[in-house]
Amino acid sequence: MEIDPFIFRLSIFILSIFVGYYVVWSVTPSLHTPLMSVTNAISSVIIVGAIIAALSGSTEEVFATSNMFGFLAIILAAVNIFGGFLVTQRMLQMYKKKKK
Amino acid sequence: MSANFSALFYLISGILFILALRGLSSPETSRQGNYFGIAGMIISIIVTFLSVGNFGAGFIYVLIFLVIGGSIGAFIAFRIPMTAMPELVAGFHSLVGLAAVFVAISAFLKPEAFNLGVVGNIKLASLIEMSLGAAIGAITFSGSIIAFLKLRGIMSGAPITFKGQHLINLLLGITTLFLIYYLCSTQSSNIFWSIVIISFIIGVLLIIPIGGADMPVVISMLNSYSGWAAAGIGFTLENSALIITGALVGSSGAILSYIMCKGMNRSFFNVILGGWGATDQSSSSQSKEEKPVKSGNADDAAFLMKNASSVIIVPGYGMAVAQAQHALREMVDGLKKNGVKVSYAIHPVAGRMPGHMNVLLAEANVPYDEVFELEEINNDFANCDVAYVIGANDVTNPVAKSDPQSPIFGMPVLDVEKSKSVLFVKRSLSPGYAGIDNDLFYRENTLMLFADAKKMTEEIVKSL
Repeated sequence: MEIDPFIFRLSIFILSIFVGYYVVWSVTPSLHTPLMSVTNAISSVIIVGAIIAALSGSTEEVFATSNMFGFLAIILAAVNIFGGFLVTQRMLQMYKKKKK
Repeated sequence: MSANFSALFYLISGILFILALRGLSSPETSRQGNYFGIAGMIISIIVTFLSVGNFGAGFIYVLIFLVIGGSIGAFIAFRIPMTAMPELVAGFHSLVGLAAVFVAISAFLKPEAFNLGVVGNIKLASLIEMSLGAAIGAITFSGSIIAFLKLRGIMSGAPITFKGQHLINLLLGITTLFLIYYLCSTQSSNIFWSIVIISFIIGVLLIIPIGGADMPVVISMLNSYSGWAAAGIGFTLENSALIITGALVGSSGAILSYIMCKGMNRSFFNVILGGWGATDQSSSSQSKEEKPVKSGNADDAAFLMKNASSVIIVPGYGMAVAQAQHALREMVDGLKKNGVKVSYAIHPVAGRMPGHMNVLLAEANVPYDEVFELEEINNDFANCDVAYVIGANDVTNPVAKSDPQSPIFGMPVLDVEKSKSVLFVKRSLSPGYAGIDNDLFYRENTLMLFADAKKMTEEIVKSL
């Protein structure tokens, strides 16, 4: 019998939870705020779904309801991607070793 | 681009995201980590464009919307003051949540675009995944909005409680699960919309009973939710980058919530049920017996610290409110010139979100190797000459170790009272968030400096 692809995705999911668990515990507490802003930025990879939704169908369907939801989601995710990575970068710049 | 090929690239993105978090294990590698994250995002977006392969009119619109959203995000990122990071993160969580809801809606309206079947006959597993993603996304959205309003001060930080609150939440939660079950058998769009709307309501109800002092836990918790929402959508889209990221973010938020709860000695359940801090006023009005307090001025403080060999600074959120961090760093520079060894002690809940105080100090150019966490530095108080407490209160209260009756009993606190003398900058003897008197004010070795944190620190700088 063939294995349902869902099981493979579930395996990826559960293994990633474990990876996340160990990686996050190794994050130094002084960088917990950048950790939150960067997780915010990467979770916006949901933009992938938004792009698929926005580009689905033929050219005449660009402004169909489902496409519009895709476009809205693109804006939201884009705010998050740029905002999240840039504010993380701004914070991390402050953690540079000072020249004595 | 073939589906297998793009799946491989999504996997690479997922790995880059893991490396982005891995980089944060030390400040030196953190910036490189952030670049990994950015690279992962760029790969994901480009691969998506190539695999959809539609470069018509829609593509131009996508680029336009990307640029609009990106410029708004970049503008916010450069303008936001570091003290407002908690609100910013709460606001960003709400966007991820809403984006998840929107993607789930489009998947429901046009399942063929995502290979999920056709309208009215969507694959069973996909229906469950997308409705879970939409529900968690909606809870994240409205919950984060409430957290944002509370942190921003637009809404009072006081917990809002009413009778039967938890019962209503429970019923709404069960209703949602039932609706998901019915959605699977009927495929009705009305049920789908009901799930989304009820979840928005749950998000609001879940966060309003939680008090302002517990916001560090709430933000971390919503961080976790946004991850689970993304993972739910990742299952719907069969996209491994999203599944990996969702799992990473979900577990990251959960760990941070745990750390914050431990910092306050509260169980997670206790925080979620909320209502804590509602009885502040009643407990502060009692026990008003006059106890002797020693107070001093800036010259006394400067004299004490100048002649000390080691000083530990204990900053709290009050310092950030008074914008005293830059004055504080000047004071420390002055002390260092006098040969005094200075370090900073940070309590896990010193700021309004995990690690917030570290960022505020870093912004004031405090080198990160002078900043220590509670466990690292707590034994050093016994050997230190002066502890300078600025804007912190409850996290220094020795009552947490001695009085089992106290609401904060068992909470890890900084052993400030063990140092030879304590300088406590505070405007009055009023209690802190927990609403209890701080025993430290009346200790033999405590000198109270009654003033605004920034003014007092600036005066000390002058008299050094």
